[in-house]
Amino acid sequence: MLLLSAAGIAILLYVVVQSVAEQIAQESQDNILAASAISILDSARVVEGDISIDLPYSSLSMLDSVTDERAFYAIRLNDEFLSGYPDLPRIAAPNDATAFQSTTYLGEDIRMASTWRSFSTLEGQAFLEISVAQTLTGLNQSIARISRISLAIGFGFFLLSMVVAMVIAQTTIRPLHRLTGSVSRRGPSDLRPVAAPVPTEMAPLVTSLNSLMTRLQKSLSRSEDFIAEAAHRVRTPMAIVRTQAEVTLRRVEKEENRQAVREMIRAVDESSRTAGQLLDHAMVSFRTDDLARETIQLDELIVDTVNRLHPISELRDVEIKTHKLMRTKIQGDPILVQNAIQNVLDNAVKYTCADTKITVMLDQSDGTAHIRVQDEGRGFDDTEIDQLLLRFERGKNANGIVGSGLGLTIVDDIMRAHGGHIILSNNAGEGACVTLSFPL
Amino acid sequence: MRHVILSIVMWLLANVAYAFEIEDRAVFGDETENVPLRIVSTADISYFKPIIDAFRAFRPNVTIDYTVASSTEVMNAIAQEKQPFDIVISSAMDLQTKLANDGFARKHTPPASQDLPDWAVWNDMVYAFTQEPAGFVISNALFEGLPIPQNRQQLISALRQNPDRFKGRVGTYDIRKSGAGYLFATQDARASDTYWRLTEVMGTLDPTLYCCASEMIDDVVNGELAVAYNVLASYAEKSPHRDKFTIILPSDFSIVMLRTMLIPKTSDNPILAADFLDFVLAQTYPSGVSPLLKTQSLGQAEQSTLYRISMGPGLLVYLDYFKKKNFIAEWENAIVQD
Ligand SMILES: Nc1ncnc2c1ncn2[C@@H]1O[C@H](COP(=O)(O)OP(=O)(O)OP(=O)(O)O)[C@@H](O)[C@H]1O
Ligand SMILES: [Mg+2]
Repeated sequence: MLLLSAAGIAILLYVVVQSVAEQIAQESQDNILAASAISILDSARVVEGDISIDLPYSSLSMLDSVTDERAFYAIRLNDEFLSGYPDLPRIAAPNDATAFQSTTYLGEDIRMASTWRSFSTLEGQAFLEISVAQTLTGLNQSIARISRISLAIGFGFFLLSMVVAMVIAQTTIRPLHRLTGSVSRRGPSDLRPVAAPVPTEMAPLVTSLNSLMTRLQKSLSRSEDFIAEAAHRVRTPMAIVRTQAEVTLRRVEKEENRQAVREMIRAVDESSRTAGQLLDHAMVSFRTDDLARETIQLDELIVDTVNRLHPISELRDVEIKTHKLMRTKIQGDPILVQNAIQNVLDNAVKYTCADTKITVMLDQSDGTAHIRVQDEGRGFDDTEIDQLLLRFERGKNANGIVGSGLGLTIVDDIMRAHGGHIILSNNAGEGACVTLSFPL
Repeated sequence: MRHVILSIVMWLLANVAYAFEIEDRAVFGDETENVPLRIVSTADISYFKPIIDAFRAFRPNVTIDYTVASSTEVMNAIAQEKQPFDIVISSAMDLQTKLANDGFARKHTPPASQDLPDWAVWNDMVYAFTQEPAGFVISNALFEGLPIPQNRQQLISALRQNPDRFKGRVGTYDIRKSGAGYLFATQDARASDTYWRLTEVMGTLDPTLYCCASEMIDDVVNGELAVAYNVLASYAEKSPHRDKFTIILPSDFSIVMLRTMLIPKTSDNPILAADFLDFVLAQTYPSGVSPLLKTQSLGQAEQSTLYRISMGPGLLVYLDYFKKKNFIAEWENAIVQD
């Protein structure tokens, strides 16, 4: 659009310059022709009642002074031809002291000037008419030159306006680019309002962007609230169902009926585990939104968590050993960090075999604290290791073990919120190794 | 009977072909085999032969048909009779310019490599290939004991102071009969007023008026004339009696005539004509080997005193009916004193 209008103006400029300059060139040629005709007229006098003309040398030589031009002239008294080129065309009606005309003569385009004056001769009053004409070599040359110049002017204008337009567009677009950049650099859950300075013209855009984000934020937290609420409401009836089922189990004699009740209990366990993990996930999302930055004594937190799990590990005949816990302090939310460790330990206990031991280590390197949890169980299946961090993804090795597939998802969210990460791997011998890394 | 008619028609055709007056004609090469390059020229065959020979050495297959005529007849041949000549050569710069101006000449652009001074070409039609100054031819015998005049002023003084010695012994062109004489006179008059004073002084000495330079030179050689005014130095130099006279290019100013060449529109063979024209130009410029350039006096003259007649419509002024009538009347007034 901009291009088109710049081109339009450039063409207009070309046409205007061209036509003005052509007119000037034509006028200067006309001036020379008029001067020539008048100089001949001035040389005319009446000698003893007869017209006599003494053509000045310059009258014709001036026509040829810049470029080689063919020149023609005719001298007439009233309608009688006196001298020059008898068949040179005449300008019809003398309406002016000097008149001009473009015509052809001897197959060439010419420009002609005619001038008149009255003399009193023996026969009475007579009009002496002088016509001078010349070819257009010089005129055409200067028009061609002007044409080139005006073309250059038009083109130059076009280029200049292109450059100016580009500069203006750049300066308008730059803040927009900055805004886009700052928005696209954000994490997926960063819905804070945009604070980057923008030109006043763009303020409405930013305002509506911000209001969109607020609404998004609201609807997101509303759905999280809803999930938490639902999970909470499901858990209590689940617990009642489970107790009732256990009571029933004790009473049922027939083996096939007992089997059905056992499966029912398992399904209830699965559901309430899922409800519990969903509740935890909602809690994690809520707390990571506005992360607490407390100092956490990591080694103490690990010992505390291991102790909490003691009843469950004992139940499975698994020993959790802490080994070389380096004293380490990190910044973060202790509730979340404990939740993460707990989930990882919970997995280790769940997926290892009876009578094995789990080792928890804590050390530091390169400004990072590493918690390593190693077990001696079945380990991760290498083909699915990338999927396990995703929601509701469980491994093939989890067959028959109660779980929801949210555990590692929660850990991953917590680690990211603390600027750290989780790495799943297998030990050289057997068993899984899960590493949690926190920046110091 | 039929034969008689046929032969009469043939005879008519043969003669009607050249209704204008021819002075001389020569054919170089085999006329029956090739279509000849037809040149009409004011220059004698002997004068132009060297350049024709040079061209034929360069293009041996070309036949050249060279016709000599006076400048007005050359003009008639092209403008009136539309004769199919391929090259027109004339010393009458005014008539050549008029031919071109009136649309009888073909435009031709020499190769870009050809270095050509501005004054040597007009409108891509008329090309100059010689520069020939006019001067005094002075009889050594009749100027015995007097200093040789170097300019017009000195010539005027010499004539004034020795009327008895010079009575009936000055000669110049009759400008009513000679086109070259008229051209020199008009250019002389345009350049300086001294021309009119000199003409008046000559008028008092009962001058002899000539149609042609050769007769003037002859009369200087045989002692009839003491001084011939406005003779082309290039002609005088060719006289076999070079020791009898001195050629002076006046130091105030010398009119330099350019011999010019053009290709008429009537040419049947314009490509060959263009080749010939380019050949002559290449021999002439920038400092060519043309055999026509060997004018000794020109080399000796002071460059600033050379007054080259410029081609262009200015020359048409003197061909104007009124202008010519007035100029000749004034000249007659000065030179014919009874
Ligand atoms: N220590 C481990 N050894 C072997 N496999 C493991 C180990 N920890 C996790 N896994 C595999 O990773 C999967 C995903 O674990 P995740 O903790 O996310 O889910 P879950 O334990 O099945 O359910 P949830 O923890 O929510 O009750 C598990 O199903 C299991 O297959
Ligand atoms: Mg788990």
